[in-house]
Amino acid sequence: MYKILKKRMLNRTTVLLTVEAPLAARKARAGQFVILRADGRGERIPLTIADFDREAGTVGVIFQVVGGATMTLASKQEGEEIADLVGPLGIPTQTAGLRNVAVVGGGVGCAIALPVARRLMEEGAKVTAIAGFRTAEMVILEEELRAASHLFVLTTDDGSYGQRGNVCAPLSRMLGEGEPFDEVFTVGPLPMMKAVAETTRPRGIRTVASMNPIMIDGTGMCGCCRVTVGGERKFACVDGPEFDAHLIDFDEAMVRLRTYSAFEAKSREKHCNLFRMGSREGE
Amino acid sequence: MADLQVKTRNPMPLRDAAERTADFREVALGYDDETAIAEASRCMGCKTRPCVSGCPVGVPIPEFLRLAAQGDFEGAYQKIGEASSLPAVCGRVCPQERQCEAKCMRGIKGEPVAIGAVELFVADRHMQQGGSKISLPKPNGQRVAVVGSGPAGLACAGDLAKMGYRVTVFEALHLAGGVLVYGIPEFRLPKHIVRREIDELCAMGVEIVTNAVAGSSFTVSELLSEMGFEAVFLGTGAGLPKFMDIPGENARGVFSANEYLTRVNLMRAYEQDSETPVFRAKRVAVVGGGNVAMDAARCARRLGGEEVFVVYRRSEEELPARREEVQHAKEEGIRFEFLTNPVEILTDGEQNVTGLRCVRMQLGEAGADGRRRPTAVAGSEFSLAADCVIMALGTSPNPLLGRTTEGLVARAHGEIDADGDGRPSLAGVFAGGDAVTGSATVILAMGAGKRAARAIDAYLRGLHK
Repeated sequence: MYKILKKRMLNRTTVLLTVEAPLAARKARAGQFVILRADGRGERIPLTIADFDREAGTVGVIFQVVGGATMTLASKQEGEEIADLVGPLGIPTQTAGLRNVAVVGGGVGCAIALPVARRLMEEGAKVTAIAGFRTAEMVILEEELRAASHLFVLTTDDGSYGQRGNVCAPLSRMLGEGEPFDEVFTVGPLPMMKAVAETTRPRGIRTVASMNPIMIDGTGMCGCCRVTVGGERKFACVDGPEFDAHLIDFDEAMVRLRTYSAFEAKSREKHCNLFRMGSREGE
Repeated sequence: MADLQVKTRNPMPLRDAAERTADFREVALGYDDETAIAEASRCMGCKTRPCVSGCPVGVPIPEFLRLAAQGDFEGAYQKIGEASSLPAVCGRVCPQERQCEAKCMRGIKGEPVAIGAVELFVADRHMQQGGSKISLPKPNGQRVAVVGSGPAGLACAGDLAKMGYRVTVFEALHLAGGVLVYGIPEFRLPKHIVRREIDELCAMGVEIVTNAVAGSSFTVSELLSEMGFEAVFLGTGAGLPKFMDIPGENARGVFSANEYLTRVNLMRAYEQDSETPVFRAKRVAVVGGGNVAMDAARCARRLGGEEVFVVYRRSEEELPARREEVQHAKEEGIRFEFLTNPVEILTDGEQNVTGLRCVRMQLGEAGADGRRRPTAVAGSEFSLAADCVIMALGTSPNPLLGRTTEGLVARAHGEIDADGDGRPSLAGVFAGGDAVTGSATVILAMGAGKRAARAIDAYLRGLHK
């Protein structure tokens, strides 16, 4: 069992959990992920590591409540335990030699952008962070990202906070002004990462996307997380999760991500009804 | 009548096919005492013991059958235990018709003794009576790490514990058992049986650490240095699924058998309250001909598949699956498309699977492996409708360990290069099972684990002389 030491709601649907997991914390590096299971009936949920503390033996994850499994996980409180946490899995972010990087995060993906930005800062690179959200109330980690970058731009789709529009607008402007990025790192919803890749492609700037496909074991066994990269089949769990964004087949990845969407909708409904029943009992 | 008794075996009582496809409970019902005694009595006790030569771990078969025939079921269990670590598992999943039972002299003029069915009976009887009272030797204080808790790892850990070693088993998943829990379905190997076998190991002092990925949470060299182990056994299996590299293979509704079976078996996706989804389809095509293909097809049937068919490129004779599984699959309404190979997975505009484009195959000359090579028949393309395709084409060893373990040599398909005793050229490191051989059987992996346990013992004795 793995104890939840800290729980914080970053916005209405996004949760930060700091979990006691010494074995995973020992080797954790930015860009890697862990798999958690809330309880004995729980789904294995892959989450990229948002934060870790080797000495304290803790791993931090940030996730959005999207289906039954994440609802169960979100219902756990500080001091309670979750059944399983395994990791670190996947290949860490490659930051060596990078001098000037744009880190582009979207929504809950900013949770993964943050440790990458921090790592780049530590290594002395110039970091530009661009964080995009749907609307003001979805904003997370604003102060943390600002502190982990030399230049910080925040966008919202509806203009309710920061610059109006998506992350590609400021990125495109900076590229147009001749900012010599030697890499763009992007993590967020698949359509956003695809758009970022298309923004950088004409200028030939190396672009890396962190993928978060459906997964079960996370060790190369199920083949569920397969992603087509440059025409080759890659397993995001052992070959990734980061790949050259100019080579990823994002359209295929979007189709694959929807494999269980009907089940997820049903499971969400079931959980919501359960919660409703629970609250009625309390009335 | 007596003559008939001698020639034909006592059939394993099975649940009715229509009833069993409605749930995941075990198909085999097992013998009762009288039937077990009657079947064991069919053994002629041949002096040459041909059956033993057919067993990869050399179970003393005539001896255990003789005890069972006398009604000494516990004695029979202990006799099997001299050679096998997992009798309740092997009785259920071993391909006996190709091993011990293939060599049985009874089989010349009639049916061989149902050795597997008697083994299953005595193993279950043993467990019903509360398992073993194990007398362990004095602990010798030396620590051995076993990586992977599948059949190879469990067998190795059990034997080492009996020799007095302090064994820790590391498992990447949240539950121990390897392929016994994620691969083989409940209806063929109930998970409480695996749990019991593992509980027996724990009772012998074996420590099991789940959620621990070798090559990632820790390296092999760390096990041998700061983590304090004097030897390491790698039984990491062959988990990496193969695909066909045909168009449409990444469409929605195409799964590796590993994914499909892991969702069903490990994650129990067939149970109402499991949070893990599984793709429920009406027309399911399973590509491949091994036990894994049969398992996937039979799970698909139980998950509401109305038409489930196995697509195999060779003919029925070459099917690598156990005969019993093929028979059970047929009883359950699984259809077979033999001499058929998919060339494309067909999809609709939204990338949902709609079918398979296939070619008919013919068998030519035998290849290097002695099996007749299938080749495509020109102009024979045709389509099969399906809304789900499961690829059961075999697996290769996981690359994770090789990438992080300096000095560990991988062969062509990622298998660990090791000698007959499971020694790769790395001090203190031993390996066995599918990780070394590529995908094979539970019993072969168990045998490799046992051989490695002896080699580890010899190595550590040498070290401490």
